[in-house]
Amino acid sequence: MATGVRRLIPRRWSGPVAGEIPGGGAGAVVAGFLAVLILGTLAAVAWTARGLSGLGPWDLRAIWFTLWQAALSASLSAALAVPVARALARRSFAGRGALILLLGAPFILPVIVAIMGLVEIFGRQGLVNAALQAVGLPRFSIYGWQGVVLAHVFFNIPLAVRLILQGWQGIPGERIRLAESLGFSPRDIGRHLERPMLREVLPGVWLVIFMVCLTSFAVALTLGGGPRATTVELAIYQAFRFDFDLGRAATLGLVQVAISLGAILLAARVTLPPGFGAGMGGGAALRGPAGWRVGADVAAIALAAAFLIGPMAAVILPGLPALGALPADVWTAAARSLLMALGSAALTLVLSVALALALDRGRNRWIEIAGMLPLVASPLVLGTGIYLLVREWVRPETLALPVTVLINAIMALPFALRALIPAARTVQADYGRLAASLGLRRWARLRVLTLPRLARPLGFAGGLAAALAMGDLGVITLFADSDRTTLPMQLYLLMGRYRMQDAAGAAVLLMAISLALFWIFDRLGRRLGGSDDDA
Amino acid sequence: MAYRSPVALAVVLACSLSAQCGQATEGPEFTVYAPDYFASEWGPGPGIEAGFENTCGCDLQFMTGDVLPRILMEGERTRADVVIGLNTDQTARARETGLFAPHGQDVATLTLPIEWTDEIFLPFNWSETAFVYDETRLPDPPDSFQALLDAPDDLKIVIQDPRASVSGLALLLWVTAVFGEDAEQAWEKLAPKVLTVTKDWSESYGLFTRGEADMVLSYTTSPAYHIVAEDDRTKHAAIFPEGHYFMVELVARLKGSDQPDLAQQFMNYVLSPDFQGMIAEGNWSYPARLPADQLPQAFRDLPRPQKTFFYPEEQAEALRQPALDAWLRAFAG
Repeated sequence: MATGVRRLIPRRWSGPVAGEIPGGGAGAVVAGFLAVLILGTLAAVAWTARGLSGLGPWDLRAIWFTLWQAALSASLSAALAVPVARALARRSFAGRGALILLLGAPFILPVIVAIMGLVEIFGRQGLVNAALQAVGLPRFSIYGWQGVVLAHVFFNIPLAVRLILQGWQGIPGERIRLAESLGFSPRDIGRHLERPMLREVLPGVWLVIFMVCLTSFAVALTLGGGPRATTVELAIYQAFRFDFDLGRAATLGLVQVAISLGAILLAARVTLPPGFGAGMGGGAALRGPAGWRVGADVAAIALAAAFLIGPMAAVILPGLPALGALPADVWTAAARSLLMALGSAALTLVLSVALALALDRGRNRWIEIAGMLPLVASPLVLGTGIYLLVREWVRPETLALPVTVLINAIMALPFALRALIPAARTVQADYGRLAASLGLRRWARLRVLTLPRLARPLGFAGGLAAALAMGDLGVITLFADSDRTTLPMQLYLLMGRYRMQDAAGAAVLLMAISLALFWIFDRLGRRLGGSDDDA
Repeated sequence: MAYRSPVALAVVLACSLSAQCGQATEGPEFTVYAPDYFASEWGPGPGIEAGFENTCGCDLQFMTGDVLPRILMEGERTRADVVIGLNTDQTARARETGLFAPHGQDVATLTLPIEWTDEIFLPFNWSETAFVYDETRLPDPPDSFQALLDAPDDLKIVIQDPRASVSGLALLLWVTAVFGEDAEQAWEKLAPKVLTVTKDWSESYGLFTRGEADMVLSYTTSPAYHIVAEDDRTKHAAIFPEGHYFMVELVARLKGSDQPDLAQQFMNYVLSPDFQGMIAEGNWSYPARLPADQLPQAFRDLPRPQKTFFYPEEQAEALRQPALDAWLRAFAG
């Protein structure tokens, strides 16, 4: 995952033998399937409602709130991630790899667990307010728009740090050595190397976080403080649940897609290539400057660690004692969720490899946008649409598990692609001609060349997909029957039956499995990819 | 619990993907749509399933999810024989579909605090909205709704969104019933005390038990859970002399059911002592037909409001939108 978001730039070189890769056609099929699924379900909902309905003033307010909170959350996440990523990029210390892994964890944390943790730290009875009160400062309230933004920043800084860090690591070693031999000061390095890199990476980082925040649902529900902080996704839920107005739900779903497409186009316009030129790959790390910058880097890393790890620790501590006494049903649900998460991860990998290889062949802009579509789809519209489409042929509850596996696989696709596409392009650029001259074709080429070279991003993508699927409550609630619950569902059910202590235990279990899944996949990818260094 | 052998774990893994494991029920399938909390292991569902299957010679299957939206989507083609867990705010729209058949039960014998005459929708359990507090954290709770409004703004409460949850909607009607014309001013006084508005009751209650809020919008029966399950007598429902709003859960049979006899049998079963006896400690609410002296002790000891409000369906339906608008204006205006 050398350059996280470079895929927003038009390709400059397209291999003469790209057509040899299996997956070219498959990629188009996958992209078509995504477009049909996401737009088709929207159409199914609208069709059942006999058309789209107009929006009321509260819907317009929800759209406005969604836009600005997503923009603010994305800007803050990206801005705060820059010093952290830079500190991590130019300093080396014991446990750096483990810290980077841990700092990535909030992104894959199930939303409900994360909210529990944030409330423990930033809530009325939380540590932060206790500290503020002790020194006589006014208290901070996590309930309101500021809570929504805080939670979004908590979720997304990890993603931003990871992507920006990769940007730093993607600066060719030749340029760094040249800068060193020219005696560049940290300021010169900033101007000539870091700023062009950020100019390329940041718009993509901002875009992906903006889109994640756009469809946010559970965060706004609990931390929003009231109807002032209603997001579009929440308005969709209310249209379904309270008014049973499918037409309005479909309209809002369409608005969500339109905003996202607008954001994609905008980000593509402001992204500039850094113009470093190619390097040999494998590089020199930046050498960290001495002086006050050491202190600044230490502070950036320490603050980020406290902000990101604190809430997780706050969930683990009270929940741990309840873990041993969890009812049997919770363990069964955990086993079921685990199997489903593995299924989703496998599916994500197959779909994303097909898409990444197809994209590699050049001007397939629509495939790229189709790959981003899952990020903008409303899970509620998607689930209901599938329900409406399949109910003629099958009993929806028999599809609860497969549909959930499929939707979770698709939801993880945009992130998987982000990891895979740059690597796939590098393989094509570096080895395309060699492979052609050796007569490596189709499956042989995939097996001998492509997959081994993609092992690391594949591991990362698989881990991300598995962990996200593990924590997703999502669409299963639309289909489920009581005999087949997932672990996140059990967590909600326990809370719904006053059993808060068991729920805390289930939250720890859920978090542990999610993190373990990510760690194992990521590790496996590195092992198979033949290198053991960080990120 | 922990799985002691790899074999046990393997069985669990294999079973986890299929619903059929360990089920040996024979006979025709009887489908009941229910909310997930009702049918889950932690609700009364499993006991009711076993109890009914003992006599019906059928295989009762709970389908969980949002009961009414699903029925509305499916219309005539629904496979449900019976739906359980509807609320009074949903009966108007449910009735409009014409999909439901009369329950055929004698409602005169119900033990509700209000009069019930509906021939289609049959109550199976009830409670009232109430603000629940912990005496160790709030030793001096407001003793009336008016006192709650007049309390200092650092008294924090959590409520549920009326657009997403039944109890949130009941609060709208409760405030309307108590304050009438002055409801909007009441909301304005209440709004600064509202810490946050959650989607579900469970999230509100979680914030309350974690100590984030002093009071939570819940039910008069909530303290019974803490007494029975946790032996904790510090949680109470604040009983207001102005009165409390009635919350009831309903069951109804589908006209188009292919098992009309079983559906009728189920309606009879709902009011039987067997079913009713499972409600108090299964759904943490009052059974719809059970003499008070047959309730568990913890329920008999609960303080009762002097007055219980209830708007009939048409009135509630007419009040809903204006009440919601007033609420929205006070909270987001």
